[in-house]
This record gives sequence, structure tokens and C-alpha cells, in this order.
Amino acid sequence: MVTKQQVLPTLDTKVKPFQLKSEKPIDWCPGCGDFGIVNAIQQAVSELGLVPWKVNFFTGIGCSGKSSQYLQAYGVHTLHGRVLPYALGSKIVNPDNVVLAAGGDGDGYGIGGGHFLHAGRRNVDITYIVFNNEVYGLTKGQASPTLEVGMQPKSLALPHISQSINPLALAIAAGYTFVARSYSFDAKHLKQTIMAAIEHRGISLVDVHQPCPTYNDLHPKEYYSEKVMENGTEMPRVYYLDDTDYNGVVTDSTDAEAVNAKKIEAIERAYKREERIALGVYWKIDMPTYEDRLQSVIPALQGTSPITIPFHDEDMIPTTDLSYAYSEFEV
Amino acid sequence: MGVITDTSWMIGGPQGSGVDSSATLFARSMAVAGYWVYGKREYHSNIKGAHSYFHLRVKTTPVRSHIDPIHLLSTFEDSTAEIHAHEILAGGALIYDPSVTKPETLEMDASVKLFPIEFEAIIRDLAEELGKPAAKLAIVKNTIAVAASLALYGVGLDVLEEALKGLFRGKKAGLVAVNLAAGKKAYQVIQSVEGWDTFAYRLAPQTNKPEPNSRLLMNGAAACGIGKLKAGCRFQTYYSITPAVDECIWLEQQTEYGIVVYQAEDEISSINMANGAAYTGARTSTATSGPGFCLKAEGIGWAGMNEVPTVITNYQRGGPSTGLPTRNEQGDLLFALNIGHGDFPRIVVASGDMEECFEDGFNAFNFAERYQTPTILLIDKALANSTQTIPKFPEKHLRIDRGQIVGAPESFNPEDPATGLPKFNRFKVTESGISPRSLPGTPGRIHFLTGDEHTEYGVITEKPEIRIAMMDKRDRKLATAAREIPQDLQFKLYGPEQADITIVGWGSTKGIIIDALDELKNQGVTANYLHIRLMSPFPAEKVAEILTNAKKTMIIESNFSNQLAKVIKMETGITIPHHVAKYTGRPISQCEAVSAVQEVLTKNSRKVMLSCGH
Repeated sequence: MVTKQQVLPTLDTKVKPFQLKSEKPIDWCPGCGDFGIVNAIQQAVSELGLVPWKVNFFTGIGCSGKSSQYLQAYGVHTLHGRVLPYALGSKIVNPDNVVLAAGGDGDGYGIGGGHFLHAGRRNVDITYIVFNNEVYGLTKGQASPTLEVGMQPKSLALPHISQSINPLALAIAAGYTFVARSYSFDAKHLKQTIMAAIEHRGISLVDVHQPCPTYNDLHPKEYYSEKVMENGTEMPRVYYLDDTDYNGVVTDSTDAEAVNAKKIEAIERAYKREERIALGVYWKIDMPTYEDRLQSVIPALQGTSPITIPFHDEDMIPTTDLSYAYSEFEV
Repeated sequence: MGVITDTSWMIGGPQGSGVDSSATLFARSMAVAGYWVYGKREYHSNIKGAHSYFHLRVKTTPVRSHIDPIHLLSTFEDSTAEIHAHEILAGGALIYDPSVTKPETLEMDASVKLFPIEFEAIIRDLAEELGKPAAKLAIVKNTIAVAASLALYGVGLDVLEEALKGLFRGKKAGLVAVNLAAGKKAYQVIQSVEGWDTFAYRLAPQTNKPEPNSRLLMNGAAACGIGKLKAGCRFQTYYSITPAVDECIWLEQQTEYGIVVYQAEDEISSINMANGAAYTGARTSTATSGPGFCLKAEGIGWAGMNEVPTVITNYQRGGPSTGLPTRNEQGDLLFALNIGHGDFPRIVVASGDMEECFEDGFNAFNFAERYQTPTILLIDKALANSTQTIPKFPEKHLRIDRGQIVGAPESFNPEDPATGLPKFNRFKVTESGISPRSLPGTPGRIHFLTGDEHTEYGVITEKPEIRIAMMDKRDRKLATAAREIPQDLQFKLYGPEQADITIVGWGSTKGIIIDALDELKNQGVTANYLHIRLMSPFPAEKVAEILTNAKKTMIIESNFSNQLAKVIKMETGITIPHHVAKYTGRPISQCEAVSAVQEVLTKNSRKVMLSCGH
């Protein structure tokens, strides 16, 4: 199956980021990393020139879940952990819309862990942005699945005794076709990463590190901006994969062996033990999407989509001819 | 030589041995011969080995229930005769394999006629004639058992041939000849048994034969699926569960219609994907059964809060928990009426027969979209898995109702994107409770959805006055629905208006009770049947009127606690004094229904428990 080019619905005259702010006042804590992410989403939508009413933004539950109320687009605040099922269902029936999904690390990797895993297998063309601050902020700072073992932010009564998951490695293993990491206060990198994720045809994960100024005192903004020692040299905590030799982009997705080798390399990179945090694209591969595969097994969907196949006439008389369905039962 | 117009036939065997195929062939043959058929399938939660059976009733007139006694038991292995021989009526017959079944060891009426068939010998002969290995022909055992039965009933070989041609089409057409050859041998064996033609329960020839191909031989799961296709359902999600999976698999095969059937990773995903797709504007449903239905509670509440038209088909099976996974029960009524926390409107419809499965499968999308609220269809396992001959569904009267969907406003100017951005009050407070909805992608109609309480625009709010306005608005949709949904889709009174006793019921017991009314009449009892189909909004006023005017009332349900009786009490304040309940997981038979009514009438019993069936 040939991989197709991404075609996004765009405007001749781009809307400005300020036009994409909704009327709802934001109620996050001062200094919250969420602000940076919502700004970056507004800027990415603006800069790509997307048609705002064709952008469908789904979010989970928690502080980050409120993001869908702040973007002037069709916004859906779903259920805790269920943002991906909503986003997938919507995109499959109407592939003409641009579907964005967002939620917290607890929402996506915790209660929504099953959906997170299986969404990778499908490769529906959506972009999933995870606000990763290692805590459940809205319920006062419990440990999320990304909080490392032994850590004890001030909100925890005891040190954390469960291991953390590695969302990037998990996503690569699950079949996500674009996996990147960014940081909420690196406005430029975050915006560009979200744009690249939207432009990628297939399911994209952007795991965004962010401080929770109220409950996660271990990793505040200062943690991300401080210098760390590496090989005896003082280096910035946050750096870019683009500035290294690493390249996670698969150039030929038909070469199964090379793809496998690259996948292992990407997972290794995601597991690299270091004091520093590498931002950028860990893995990208062009593969047929779920929508492409559907068309290959359901010819009636070729050149159309579930939502556009007519089923009634102007007088609302149903036009579906049941003779094919009836044939096996006729006696 | 006796002839009858109504007979009960059974075939059984270990699961995986072809019991279903035999029953299908038998049912098809009888349908080809012009008879009317009702077949009930009973099986364990097991892939291979456990005892399963198919009980088929054949009549010269339409039939919609089974009876307990068996006229003819057809077997090709040992277990079925051991379990069911005692159910054979005096003068009935047993077809069996003498190498595995010893009739003298069976608990059985002495007058039962015996028809031994050497299955292995027939297959050996056939293999020799065709030059094929006997092992490859083992499956024709089923055809032999069916053909032998047809011979005894006095149905011709030509009918078997026609039925085989209907069953094996396209790539499978090559199978007709070998099965027919096996069938011929079975006829010869039966006709060589002395007195075969004096079998007391030969079927009267069908004189009033319906036109060929004018009827359907199908089960409730497919009937509901066909209704959904007619309605334009384009997305159905599910997670594998018995018995809901039957409808899903059947729909997945219907690639002609462009429907996407999505096997989700779990039940929670399947309801929430359905919500996402229904919100986006595709006619969407999800199908499940008890345990899965439980997991869908939160998602259904979300659809209620966000006024999203998701259709949920719940195939009821024995509960609680995993319960009786492959057996029948009407145990989810109270749950369906209350599923989800908090108060929100939902439409709940319970289908009573194949025609209602089709019509409700169609109407569910109209209700969901017109009232913008989740719509739950309840279908009993007994209906989903039962096979019946029915006339083709009437379609001419059907209309699509998508409710209020608005496009771009006039103020939208494609040259000026700013005109596509203004907010739209999706949840506008209206008198009917219904607000115009816009689908994502529509310019000038941007709004938000949220499971939190929200403003008309969809913005989260906790303001008491908005909370009151929104709760009231959503609730008003139910009153609107109650006013608008045609009465014949809400409930129906069958039988004479005035009767000695009024039987109340719902779901799959409809056919049984209607068939029982005829038998009761023969026994001198005038009874009528109040069938309730729309459970929410409940037709309280009309039901109360009928019950108040009834001489005596009783209720028949396939559940432990008589859930509909509780609903009626809650909605009307009326207590139905006589309860008939069955919760063995086996459907109620016509005989059981008749004797239960007689018991209520003669003994004034408050509670009658039924337990027939293996």
C-alpha cells in the first residue's frame, strides 16, 4: 500500500493566534506549564493556516483537559482517560477534519493507558499532545505514571515506590508513527514540534515536559533552565536531538529489517540515562493510516468517507437498498 | 396415519459438531416447503464439546415460540438422546446411531418409534462411490440427520435439494451434490424401516404456500443489523462479547454499504469512540451485553450531558457478573433505565420480535438524533439467537429524521475567515429542550462540549441558575419525546379489548404470549396481552388506563425480580398482583406461558416460577 501525502485544510488568509483564543478566561495557577502548551497550539494552528472550524480539539480530564475550552475551534472536553477513543471515532468517520487530542500524563498513561497503547496499532491520523508534569494536579498532586521511583514531591505523603513508565519507548513499541518530546516553556520548539506532528500523516505523540508550580516542587521551571555537568563540562539541562548525530526518521518504511533496527535505536535513545533532557523527534515513519487500510478492505469507502455516503433523499426517504443484505436470508 | 400442523423437532450434539448447520438446513428445508419455522438455539459458553441443541418448531401458520415436548428427536451422537429422549411425546420418534446409542438404556416413552441409522456405513458407501476419503465426508452426518427427519415428516427430497442450493452458494456450490447424495441414502434407510409411513406426527402438506423468496429466515441480531443499515448507520463499535458479537460480525460483512465496524480494545473505548463519531455527525451505534454494558455507564452519561446521539444496543444475557453468558434473561431493564450517575434523559426501547428488532434498529437513530440523547435498545438473547420465518420487513413507511442540524450562518463569508469564528450557542435553552446542533467542520458555529455543567455555548460553569436551566432543558426532551413518538411504537394491546385476564410483558416473551393467547382460547380462557416497548419515556398514563380497566392482571418476565412490574409500580403506582418469573436462562415456552396463566386463574398464585428446558 502506497503512503499518501498529508493534505490539510488551510486558509488563504491565516487567522492570527489571538483570534484563536476563546472567550473563556483561563483558570490555571500562575506559572503553570499549561499556558505555554495552549499558546503553542494556537500558534501552530495559525502558522499552518488551518481552517479553525475544521480543527476538532479533544481533551481529557484534569487541568490540561480544560485546554479545549481555550482554543476557538470545535472543542470537546471528554472523560478521564478517554480522549483518544473520542478523537479516533471522530477522525475515522470524518477524515476531512484536523483532529488534535490532548491530556495529562495521568489521563493518558494512567487511566487511559489501554487506549494509549492500542491507538498506536491503528495509526489513525491524529495528533496527541500529553502534558507531562509527573503529578495529578487537579486532585492535589498524587503521583502520575511518569513520576520516577523514590521521588517525593511535597504533595506526596511517602516517597513514590512504583516505577515510572517511559512514554516515548512505549509509544514507539505500540506503533505510533511520530514520537517527539518538547518542553512547555520552549515556545519555539514546542510550536514547531506540534506543527510537525500535525503535518505528519498518522498518529503522532508529543510528550511535553512541564512544571506544576503548585505540587511538583522537584521539577520547577528553574530545574529545566539550570545547567548540569556532563563529562566535566557545564551544559544546559534541555537540549535538542537536532543538534546531535541522532536521526529518528525512517526513510524507507518498506525495508522491514532497517525499520526494525531503527526502532530499536529509537527505543534505546528514549532510554538514554542522562541528567539532561533531549527534545525533538525520536521516531518518525510514514505508514498507511487506518483510514487507508479501511478503504482497502471496504471498497465502498474509496474516495469518500463514512460521514459522506448518502443514505436518504431530499424527502428523507431512506435510499439504502437492502437486497444485498437480504439475499442470504430469503426463503 | 396421523398428520399434524404444528410440530417440534430437536437436534443436538457437542458444540462444534455442526448442530447449527443441521438446524439451519432443517429450517431452510421447511421454509422451502412453505412452512413457518421458529428455532431456538441453546449453547454453553464453550467452543467445542459441551452439549448444545437447536429446538425447531414448524407450523402451517406463522409461529413465534417454541413448545417443550418433542415430536421427533434427531441425533448423530450419544449425548443428545441421553439428555432429551424423555422429552419425546408418546408416539414420537427417535433417529439415532445404533453404534453409540442403546435405546433400551434411555428413559423414554415406550411408544416412541425407533429409527436407527448407521451413519458410518452411509458415509463409507458414499466415500466409495465418490472416490473420496471417508474422513473428509464426516460432516455430511448433519445432512443425513436432517434428511432422515424430512423423510419421516413426509417432506420430499426435492425440498432438500432446493434448501441445499440456497445454503451452498457461490464458491460452496460444489457441496450440494455430495450432501444431496447423503440425503438420498438417509431417505432410503428411513423408508426401509417398517411402519415409517405410519409415523403419527407426519406434517400436513402446506396448502397455503407463500411465494418463494418472499420471506426471510433470520435471527434478531441480523434483523436489528438490517434496521441499522437501513437507517444509514456508518459506524459501529464493539468489544467481543456474547451474544452482541453476532450483530457486529454480520454488519462487518456488509461492506457494500460502507459501514465501518470497529473492534475496539475494550468496552469503554467502544462507547467513547461511538460518542466521538456520533458527535461528528455519523449515524453511530455500539453493541454490547451485560458486563460490557456496565463498563459503558460513564460514556452513556457523557452522551446524555452533551446531547450526543449515540445508539447503544444491549443484548441481554443472564446476569449478574459473567452470569449465564450464553443464556437468555431480561435482567437489564432497571439498569438500562438508570445507567450512569446523576439525572439525564435517555430513550430506552425493548424489542419484542424480529419485526421490532428491525424497526427499532432503524428508529433508534431517529430518536437519538431528534432528541439528541443516548438511545438504548434492549434485545434479549432469546431473540438475538432465535431463527424465524418472517415476511420481508415493510420499508415504505420509513423516514429518516436527523433532527435539527444547522449549516453555516448567512453571515459567513468564505473570503473572510473571521466570519467563520463566532461562537454558536449549541445548548440553547428551548421550550422543547432540543437545541439546534452543528457538526464540526461547519463555519460560524464553533462551540464546546464538556461533561461538566455548561453554558449554552458549552463553557464550563457552576452557576446555580445555569445548572437549573440546563437540567430542566435536557429533561424537557423526554416530555417532547413522549408526546411525539407514535403510540404503536410505545405499547400495544394484543387480543380482545375485554378479557378474563390481562398479561403484561416485554421483549422476547411477546411471541410466546401471543401464541399462548390462541391456546388459552382453545382452553376457554379469554386473555389479552399488553406489550410494552418504550421503557423511557414510559407511557405511564396509557398503561395505567389499561391496567385499571383490566379484570385481572399478571406479568410474565424472564428475570428474577419482575423488573417491569417494578417499573410499572414506580411509574403508575399500580401493583400487578401476579408475577411469573423464569431465570434459568432458558426461554419461556408457549406451554409454560399457558400453564402459568392457568395457575394464576385457578390457584390465584402470587408468584409462579418456571424452569423448563435443559
